Amino acid sequence: MKRFLLGCAALIALPASAQTIAITGGKVIIGDGSAPVENGTVVISNGRVVAAGAGVAIPAGAERVDASGKWVTPGIVAGFTRMGLVGVDAVDPSNDTEARNSPFNASLDMAPAINPDVAAMAVNRAAGVTRAIVSPDAGNAIFAGQGAVIDTGSDLNPVTKAKAFQFVEFGETGARLAGGSRPALIAAFKTALGEASEAAKGIFRDDAMLKRADALALVPVVNGTMKLFVHAESAPDILMVLALKKDYPALSLVLVGATEGWRVGPQIAAAKVGVLASALNDLPDSFEQLAATQSNIGRMKKAGVEVAIGMINDNEARQAQLSMQYAGNLVALNKVPGATGLSWDQAFATISSVPADIAGLGGEIGSLRAGRKADVVIWDGDPLELTSGVQAVWIDGVKQSLVSRQTRLRDRYANPTEGALPNAYDR
Amino acid sequence: MQLTKFLIGTAVALATVTSPVAAKKKDKEAASAPKSSFNKDPYPSTYQPYASVPTAVTNVIVYDGEGAKFQNATVYFRDGKVEGIETGGAVKDGYTVIDGTGKWVTPGIIDIHSHLGDYPSPGVDAHSDGNEATGAVRPEVWAEHSVWPQDPGFSRALANGGVTALQILPGSANLFGGRSVTIKNVYARNVQGMKFPGAPYGLKMACGENPKRVYGSKGQMPQTRMGNMAVNRQTWARAAEYKRKLDKGENVTRDLAMETLAGVLSGEILVHNHCYRADEMSLVIDMAKEFGYKVSTFHHAVESYKIADLLAKEGICSAMWADWWGFKMESYDAINENIPMVFKANACTIVHSDDANGIQRLNQEAAKAAGDGRRMGIEVPDEVVWTWLSYNPAKALGIGDKTGSLKPGKMADIVLWNGNPLSVYTRPDKVWIDGALMYDAANPKMRPVADFELGQPGEGDVK
Repeated sequence: MKRFLLGCAALIALPASAQTIAITGGKVIIGDGSAPVENGTVVISNGRVVAAGAGVAIPAGAERVDASGKWVTPGIVAGFTRMGLVGVDAVDPSNDTEARNSPFNASLDMAPAINPDVAAMAVNRAAGVTRAIVSPDAGNAIFAGQGAVIDTGSDLNPVTKAKAFQFVEFGETGARLAGGSRPALIAAFKTALGEASEAAKGIFRDDAMLKRADALALVPVVNGTMKLFVHAESAPDILMVLALKKDYPALSLVLVGATEGWRVGPQIAAAKVGVLASALNDLPDSFEQLAATQSNIGRMKKAGVEVAIGMINDNEARQAQLSMQYAGNLVALNKVPGATGLSWDQAFATISSVPADIAGLGGEIGSLRAGRKADVVIWDGDPLELTSGVQAVWIDGVKQSLVSRQTRLRDRYANPTEGALPNAYDR
Repeated sequence: MQLTKFLIGTAVALATVTSPVAAKKKDKEAASAPKSSFNKDPYPSTYQPYASVPTAVTNVIVYDGEGAKFQNATVYFRDGKVEGIETGGAVKDGYTVIDGTGKWVTPGIIDIHSHLGDYPSPGVDAHSDGNEATGAVRPEVWAEHSVWPQDPGFSRALANGGVTALQILPGSANLFGGRSVTIKNVYARNVQGMKFPGAPYGLKMACGENPKRVYGSKGQMPQTRMGNMAVNRQTWARAAEYKRKLDKGENVTRDLAMETLAGVLSGEILVHNHCYRADEMSLVIDMAKEFGYKVSTFHHAVESYKIADLLAKEGICSAMWADWWGFKMESYDAINENIPMVFKANACTIVHSDDANGIQRLNQEAAKAAGDGRRMGIEVPDEVVWTWLSYNPAKALGIGDKTGSLKPGKMADIVLWNGNPLSVYTRPDKVWIDGALMYDAANPKMRPVADFELGQPGEGDVK
């Protein structure tokens, strides 16, 4: 009987995502680079944004959430991560980012491996990160495989879009993977795309470099229906990447990293190639990053480049929660003589609508424009400021738990001394 | 590749907090130590402060580094030393006046855990000089012999981070990693020209995963945490024996490793112990008692929050990140509230970087930690937060009497910030070291450029 009643309740109750919710009174950030709206309203229903901004009508029967004195934004979109692929980086069995001993490369599909149970999901969700672009890492060849766009929701369906892009390493890493030089890298790239072109026609040669599955996986790259994310850092390497369009005009390129992008900003802008750039690189960490400066993103933006913040090789499996701090630092540059930063509105867009646009999902995620998935965050202050915190998160219109194993540990040890029983009983 | 370097390079030091009682004990021990027949300072500091002018920074909010705040104040310094902080009244004559309206003044940030110079940029194999990973016990190596004074990272730490002094440690591949060196963040042609005058040496030790992985994977000891402890204890037993012979005036064959450890046992060298887990820190505390030394600081210490009461009782500092976690198994229980929870327990609290990027944003790391603490009800004023960045690390390095706060007579290691220094929107405006202006955001000529960067793309750019 009890079981029956519970079952009925579940049938009768409206799925959370179907509820209509009106978040009122907050400072609303649409996320598309537009100015904040004071005392704005955000209405979500059926998992989508109905409307956001000023003068928004509140539907009858909507559940109201008072956000007076708070900030209301779209969920953060982490522009380049490996979230969901890693439990603990250095614990190999929990790390699915790369497979150097696999016979396959370009055909490796990250989507089925995205694990919503890794701790990074809950940690980043509680920090306001609701979506992430997830890339494989290159293990045994320049092509790493097919990345995905995911959400961080507390359910077992993390994938927003599978096979969203192919990832390839250029620059120093690509050269190493290709056998030791940039010419070897270019040879490997051209051979691979050549074999993919033939594979599209059903031609598979016995002496092919690629496995059949890998050649087939690159067919949509060659014909431009799948984006190709290319990691390149130096200005010469970036020009090398842009030049690929001469031989393969259909390529839909996105640059990743691009530490020296500012030196070739006009060329990147003219090629209409989006960039997922590391925000704060300012050290000559390698010979492909000699001209690193935190003004990189600001200068590229000024040159007309579509640029978002990405985090390649920067704890990207776990620390998407730093996206807001990184964006805030770009605003800080406005007060440094000689530096080029971003306005606050632009900076917020680099972690919301712009990465969504670059991933080809700007119509679905990354802003509070009508019709987007209802990923909404309420903050107790300026979301880019260091001392601010998250008060509520919705993903696809579903209110999310903000509990993680970190908050559980915090609560257990708020008073570390054992009481009547060991701390192991305290939960 | 990057991960391997990170794992070994990071999480190094273990330092002891020097309580007044401990300091007294240390002095006594030092006094009773025998006169050594060898030179204890064979690579002496040649650092000299650069020229300075008497300076008054007016109309600023000041955090003095010891927990006090002054509104609408003037900070005076002359001849390289802090003269005082005054509020109200006219500016005294004879000073170059810098109007700091809308700005903040703090003591320079001190990073107790850096590998600048021994893992410099560019991070090529030829520059990998932080781990003498040829044996788990290497107290004979000195980090200063690896420091490349041309690391471009020093300039970023200065201009973006407001860092005026730092401790450079060996890496954490070894149980005994070697001696650290504390430097002024002022470029010089050699490391001697950077060494902080009068700073004691530190000994880098490491708990946990790194030593047992590095040697265990070669089939050598240690391969386990119990192996770590066994090698540690056997080594300390040897050191105690060596010191006994020295104390008795017996002839001993000179042993550089044992000299360093004898220096620890006599209180001259401070222990900086890389240690993540609460249980391992607890064992190290007992090991230190077993052999008669003191840990200055546990570095990384991501689980200090689990034993904050014990750390407070023992007077040991924790040098911590705000939110690093999950990169290795022993960092899995790291939480964002670690720093404020250690503070709440009245244990010595330090924010450290262990990173050439993080060292540029230590103020931001402290701000994040403070915010997370406040959300769980731990009240900490901003001016007290600043003690995590300057005075506490200075004390843990044994230089708290010289720098780390703006008390009159101390080194004028000072940062003028272009806004609230615990805001993401703020950067250093000017940095003085020993009263000499070493960075000025308004003057491109006052951006230091390392030799490596000369004649290469990006030279002299704002970074």
